[in-house]
Amino acid sequence: MTAPLDVSGSAAEAHPESVLAGAGKAIQGRSLSRIAWMRLRRDKIALGGGLIVVLLILVAIFSGPIIAAFGHPPLEFHQDAIDQSTLLPKGAFGGMSGEYLLGVEPVNGRDIFSRIVAGAWISLLIGFLATLLSVVIGTTLGVVAGYFGGWVDQVIGRLMDVFLAFPLLVFAIALAGVIPDKGFGLEGNGLRIAMLIFIIGFFSWPSIGRIVRGQTLSLREREFVDAAKSLGARHGYILFREVLPNLLAPILVYATLLIPTNILFEAALSFLGVGINPPTPTWGGMLSEAVRFYTLPHFVLFPGLAIFITVLAFNVFGDGLRDAFDPRAR
Amino acid sequence: MLIVISMVTFGIFFVVPQWAGATPEALASRYVGRAATPETVHLVAERLGFNDPVVVQYGRFVKGLFTGAEYDYGAGVEQCPAPCFGYSFISGQPVWPDLVDRLPVTFSLAVGAAIIWVLAGVSVGVISALRRGSFFDRLSMGTALAGVSLPIFFTGMISLVVFSYGLGWTPPGGAWTDFTVNPAQWAFNLLLPWITLAFLFAAGYARLTRAGMLETMGEDYIRTARAKGLREGKVVVKHGLRAALTPILTLFGIDFGLLIGGAVLTETTYTLPGLGQFAILAIRNQDLPQVMGVVLVAAGFVVVASLIVDLLYAVVDPRVRLS
Repeated sequence: MTAPLDVSGSAAEAHPESVLAGAGKAIQGRSLSRIAWMRLRRDKIALGGGLIVVLLILVAIFSGPIIAAFGHPPLEFHQDAIDQSTLLPKGAFGGMSGEYLLGVEPVNGRDIFSRIVAGAWISLLIGFLATLLSVVIGTTLGVVAGYFGGWVDQVIGRLMDVFLAFPLLVFAIALAGVIPDKGFGLEGNGLRIAMLIFIIGFFSWPSIGRIVRGQTLSLREREFVDAAKSLGARHGYILFREVLPNLLAPILVYATLLIPTNILFEAALSFLGVGINPPTPTWGGMLSEAVRFYTLPHFVLFPGLAIFITVLAFNVFGDGLRDAFDPRAR
Repeated sequence: MLIVISMVTFGIFFVVPQWAGATPEALASRYVGRAATPETVHLVAERLGFNDPVVVQYGRFVKGLFTGAEYDYGAGVEQCPAPCFGYSFISGQPVWPDLVDRLPVTFSLAVGAAIIWVLAGVSVGVISALRRGSFFDRLSMGTALAGVSLPIFFTGMISLVVFSYGLGWTPPGGAWTDFTVNPAQWAFNLLLPWITLAFLFAAGYARLTRAGMLETMGEDYIRTARAKGLREGKVVVKHGLRAALTPILTLFGIDFGLLIGGAVLTETTYTLPGLGQFAILAIRNQDLPQVMGVVLVAAGFVVVASLIVDLLYAVVDPRVRLS
């Protein structure tokens, strides 16, 4: 995306934002991404969301060292932290202490803090990779449908309708429920993670596909595409070098908004017991174990808050990103 | 569209297991149990047609849906009236009556929640749009953003912990009374699931309504309506909201259809005996005929709901005319 205009000198009035920024400054043509960045910088709430997202990613990447420094291995049992007569955690607030930052689980005494940190890794991994998959499928099919039109558009459009009206959750549960233990050179939860990425990504591409198709429809009629055509460019060249770069902004925005949806999807599947198998810690899985211990609010609260904060941060950041890239926004 | 879904469903649940190594005999043995001799298993597989080509099996399945099917089990012929979804692997009962039994629960849940979320979501959205930038606007949009970020199984559990186990105001999860038995008890039991479910959806509807209203209230015809001297309430509702209603209706069609098809998470959280719970049980038991049945019924509701919404477009949007 190059600068829409190359202003110099007295053309400052043509560019309201440069007037806002203060007249008299040297005026440069700004790329769309530059304008978006300027707007984003002013949006403190969105920046806050973005900051939390970055922190979460860091936590997920460095989950090993963090657990080593502040907690106990997520799969380790701590019978000494459990009252053996009631099987509930010793001490107030579910056993919260300097030793166990967020308390321990009832019965087996696993460190909740460590399990939440370890769960961040799986949630974000699945959230990101599933989104990547749906972006690839959605963009490819969306661009092809929008650019070629005709029967290609008809077929792909129908396909999107079918997918959007599908009882996805029921279907994904059913599919995730029949994942075998071994296959594709992977085993156990490794295979389950791969399959979940595939299932979630495969079911959520139409939302991106629709947006890309709509944008492509309008881009197709623009002069630069005509110019490329008249210069004898091939379809592949036009699609990848002319159309696709102009789609990056909406794709980025909707990918950011799709990640939280996919994280919720994974949490839901794990909650229902068809996602990642225990004892590997996941936020959804922790919540489903907490169902049996209604008297221990901390056990319900922490994994739930982890999901909530993560999803909210992505949503806030994505909303800000959308506003920043929206040419109609002030 | 139902045809596509039925083919995909059939493909995944009947063909994939066979690719994955389940022989026709293995499938048949799920019906007869482990004690059966290999000869019996083979015979059953033959009778149920698991050895036939996939297309033939699919054809028989679809035929069963419309005309019913007959199973010849040697000693006699079992009649399976239409719509025949086959027999459960586990209980041996036909799938369809079980589905019908569970429908009222999910239906009650979906209808009650839908009424609350549409009323709440749309009115909050309208007020937010009219008072853009006000305290109410910022508060409600902040709540809405939080609402779409909260998983229902989390809010559901919190609501149970607080209102059922803590304060004792509402019955615990799993309480279900049929409407025909005691309407008051029916509503009382469902109150908590309704509100929790509605909160989740209302958030999205409030955001959508607000965006739509902000756009339509800036249109010229709104100024015209005001210039005619119409009361502000009439301008907002009849001119503004009516135009903003179309995308809301679209979303509602999809949401409501999906919800009736199985409010899986809500029913699991509150242990309500509806279609969603049925689906989960069927999947846990790997009971393929039941899974097949519930997926198809769910898809059917989505289709019916979108059909009704298409008809409603004509009511809301005068530019759409039924031909």
